[in-house]
This record gives sequence, structure tokens and C-alpha cells, in this order.
Amino acid sequence: MSAYFLCFVLFCIGLYAILRKRNIIKIIVGLVIIEYAVNLLVILIGYRFQGRAPILAKDQVILNMVDPLPQALVMTTIIIGFSVLVVLISLAIRIYEKYGTFDITKIRRLRA
Amino acid sequence: MKILLIFSVLPLCAAFLIALLGRWFKHWGEILASLTTLALLISSLYCAKLVGIHKILVYKVSGWMPPLGICLVADGLASFMLVTVNLIVFLSLIYAISYMNKYTDKWKFYSLFMIMLAGLNGVIISGDLFNMYVFLEAASISGYCLVAFGTEAQDLEASFKYAIMGSLASVFILLGIVLLYSYVSTLNMADISLELLSKPRGMLVGFVSVLFLTGFCLKSALVPFHAWLPDAHSSAPTPVSAVLSGVFIKAVGIYALARVFLNVIGIYRNLLFILMVLGAASMIIGAFLAIAQKDIKRMFAYSSISQVGYIILALGIGTPLACLGAVFHLFNHAVFKSLLFLNAGAIEYSTGTRDLSRLGGLNNKMPVTSYTSLIGSMSISGVPPFSGFWSKLVIILAACQAGRFGFAFIAAVVSIITLVYYLKFIKFTFLGSSDKTPMPIKDIHFTMKFSMITLAIICIIAGVLLIPSNRQFLQGASDSLLSGRAYADAVFGALK
Repeated sequence: MSAYFLCFVLFCIGLYAILRKRNIIKIIVGLVIIEYAVNLLVILIGYRFQGRAPILAKDQVILNMVDPLPQALVMTTIIIGFSVLVVLISLAIRIYEKYGTFDITKIRRLRA
Repeated sequence: MKILLIFSVLPLCAAFLIALLGRWFKHWGEILASLTTLALLISSLYCAKLVGIHKILVYKVSGWMPPLGICLVADGLASFMLVTVNLIVFLSLIYAISYMNKYTDKWKFYSLFMIMLAGLNGVIISGDLFNMYVFLEAASISGYCLVAFGTEAQDLEASFKYAIMGSLASVFILLGIVLLYSYVSTLNMADISLELLSKPRGMLVGFVSVLFLTGFCLKSALVPFHAWLPDAHSSAPTPVSAVLSGVFIKAVGIYALARVFLNVIGIYRNLLFILMVLGAASMIIGAFLAIAQKDIKRMFAYSSISQVGYIILALGIGTPLACLGAVFHLFNHAVFKSLLFLNAGAIEYSTGTRDLSRLGGLNNKMPVTSYTSLIGSMSISGVPPFSGFWSKLVIILAACQAGRFGFAFIAAVVSIITLVYYLKFIKFTFLGSSDKTPMPIKDIHFTMKFSMITLAIICIIAGVLLIPSNRQFLQGASDSLLSGRAYADAVFGALK
């Protein structure tokens, strides 16, 4: 149970970073923390007490095995998170070239 | 039913081939992308015809039987959305052929555009919740890149804002999917629906509903979550704005919301009321914010928020007539909003500005743009012979029929406000004197005219879809919205 709670705390830290921080890089880090919190939750959901890997072989009897599907899902979400991260970082670099700052309160040319 | 496979595989192959060879062959991107979208448009029409006969098409990916394997499902709603998406994407791409000449590295644009199309089609036909999330992310990530395609300061700022909000929405959706999986131990939509019926309705399902609602409302930019939309849709290159505003927010926002809530989790009374309130708030606030805008594309973007409110309101009313109005308004809004964005792009292409205070008197100089803008504006504000009038009429009648007179009144008033700001657009752009307009006015190309005229013709004649003898297309879509949990039985019935 405490693992789920810590996972929730991690999620909240990420959300706090996105909502309160002014530096673009810190916002990106916040988003990454949120993604990791969700990935961790996916793994926790697949976990079974004293479970083992579900590899079936002839001479083995598996009484308690973990759910393998969330682990497959997590591979996909990590890759998706990685591609979002790449896009965000390259945007941040280009924004720094144009505006000369990472402070979001100074990056507002769109406001009419 | 192998035809379902090509909707996401064909554009992905095209994206790969364009990225591989686009650097060396001039016009390779244009040719391959327009042929792909034309092929997809034809196959989506064929798919709609097949769905009319068989009611539902199901394809088992690599032969694995659902719920173990992933399945692709096209019912009435999905085939309706496929036709809408592929029509708008095809016409925007034809428009882009000459419009995109001012940008460098055009092949990258076509490659990203094809990935976005694959994502949109994938979201629509997927029968598996996690698979839908993957396609949704593919569409969104290519969307962030396309918004920043011009790499001007404003484009980058808008894209960053959009990327943060969009990724946050995706995280909420993923969290919802994972928690739902922990409760029912399956990811197939039809199977989730059956499992939920056999289990007691716990707190978890309510929590998951809230997560999905937040995620999809962020994606479709309903009012408390709308801040990113005007920036992103006005900064993107025009063909991308047309697709983002015309079909993107509907496919990944409204369609996914409707599918998950109506067919998978099951809708309940409180949720319908929340949808109605969100819809009404979007309608009012979007319309009032649109009046004050000076930038043409920004005005249209706020107008999108307002018109999406109509669709959500109609979904929230939830009677058969309201669902018919919702799908009809979805189709109409896709057509006239992409027409208007293409017009705004043509104005910018010819005069070099989108600022209403610097335009005027273009009526004689740009006749095609002028008349098609007039048709689009009249259609979106609900002036009688055009398509927008019929869908708004159906929604207002449905609200009255359901006894929601307050919401019907709001819908009618917002329609008048819409007329006000579109008249402002017409007056400041096409009427008056042309003294302030930056002078040499460039002629627009034939391909741009072709797209605008085709969309304008659809705007005029789309009303015939409502005539009972032609209504099968819309009726199929609203029937699958109304069928609710019967979706699961239909999918498993088709698999046998």
C-alpha cells in the first residue's frame, strides 16, 4: 500500500512542477516525473505477492506469477514518453535561440 | 475485413517512403501524399458502404482472437468519422501543395502529416483501449511538430504550450486506462464493457470516468481547458490548422470521449449533465472571446471552441434526435471550419497579413475566396439554406423536446453571436475600401481554389444528408452512439 502512496506523491510532485515552475526545463522535468509515476503505477498493478516471471516450461510448476501485460504496456509508454521528451527538448532549444530565456513569463509574444 | 487495416498502415508506409526518398526527389512528397489520401478517401467511402450492409466490420490483427488479440472495429460511428477525417485531410493536402511553397523542407511536412493521419484513423478504428492511446499519442506528437513547422518565435511558443497540455492530457488518459485495467483485467473495449456489467459499480469506475473526462476535454479544448487551442491553431501552417480544427479535436477528443463513455463505461445521468454544462460554457465563452479578436485565424480558433460546445451539448442531451444533431453538426463543423481556415490562409497568402484592421475591399480582387468565405460564414452562423442551419435546428429542437429550454435558448443566442463575429470578418476583409490593404495582391493557385470550392459546395448541399431517404449515413452513426452497451454484443457477434 505504501508503494501506491509514494507513487501518488511522485505524481503530485510532477504536477506541482508543471503548474508552479517558471523555467521551461523544470516544466519538462515535471512532465517526465509524472510519466515515471504512471509507469511505476503500471508495474505495481501487475505485481503479485511473491510472484515470479510467467515463463512456461515443461518441468516447472508456477503457483504465483506476476501479470506480464502491464510490463509490455510500460515498454510502449516509455517509448512514447521518450519521443514526447525529445520533441519538448528540441522545442526548448529553439525557444531559447529565439527568445534568449527559459522563463515562461517572458515568453509571451502571442498575447494580443 | 482487411480493408480496415489499410487506414493506418497505408499512411504510415507513405510517411516512411516520403522520409526515405523525399530529400532527393522533388515533388515526391506531394505526389505520394496526395495519392495516399485519395486512396484513403475512396476506401473510407467503400467502408461506409460495407458498414451500411453488414452493420459492423471487425478485423482480428494477425489472427489473434479478441480479447487476447487486438481488433479493429468499424461500426456506424467509426465509418462516419473515417469519411469525415479522410475527406478533410485530402482537401487540405491538395491545398497544401501550392500553399506550402513558402516553407523549406516540404517533404518533412508531408511525412509528419501522414503520421498524423495514421494516428487519427487509428484512434477511430481501434477496438482496444491501449491501442487507441498509442494512436492518439502518434497523432498528438506529430501535431506538436506540425504546429511548430514554421519555427518562428510564436509557432514555437504555441507548440510548447500545446505539447505540455497535450502530454498532460495523455497522462490522465493513460492513468484512466491503467486503473480500469486493474479492475477488469482486459483492454479490449467490448470485453471491458461486458466485464463492467458483471461487476459491482465501485468507486474506481467513477474515478476513472473523471480521469477520462479531464483527458479528453483537454484534448478537445472545452472551456476550462481551452487555453492552448487559439495559440496552436492560429500559429500552425494553414492546412494543418484546417485539419487540427476541422477533424483533430473531434477525432481524438469528442469521438474518443463518446466511444469510451457511451459504449464502454456506460453513461449515467450526472455525467450527461456535466457534458451539457461544459458544452454550454464552451459555446458562450468561446463566442464572446471570438468577437474581440483582430487576427482572423485566432477568431476562427475561438469559434471552434464555441462550435465544439454545440456537439458536446447535443451529446449531453442524449436523446436520439440530439445524437443525430451531434453527428450532423460534427460533420458540418469539420467542413465549414476547414473551409474558413483555408480562406484565412488564402488571404494571408495573397496579402501577407491576417490582421483585420489592415484588410478591406478584397471583394473584387479575390472573388473565389470572397464567395467561399461568405458561404462558410453563413453556414457556420446558421443562415437557412446552408448546412449549419439544419444541424443547429436539430440540436435546438432536441433540447426543447427533452425539456431543456434553457440550453435551447443559449444555443439560439450563441448562434446570433456567431453571426455577429462572422459579419465582422466579412465586413473588415471583403467590404469597404482597399486603402489599407498591403498592395501587390498575389493570385492564389488552382489547387487552393479547388479545395475551397469543393468544401463550399459540400456546405451548400450537406443539408440533403438529413432527408430521410439519404439519412442512413448519419443515422448509422447516431445509432451506434445510442446502442450503448450493445456495442459489445455487436463486436463479439461479428467475430463468431
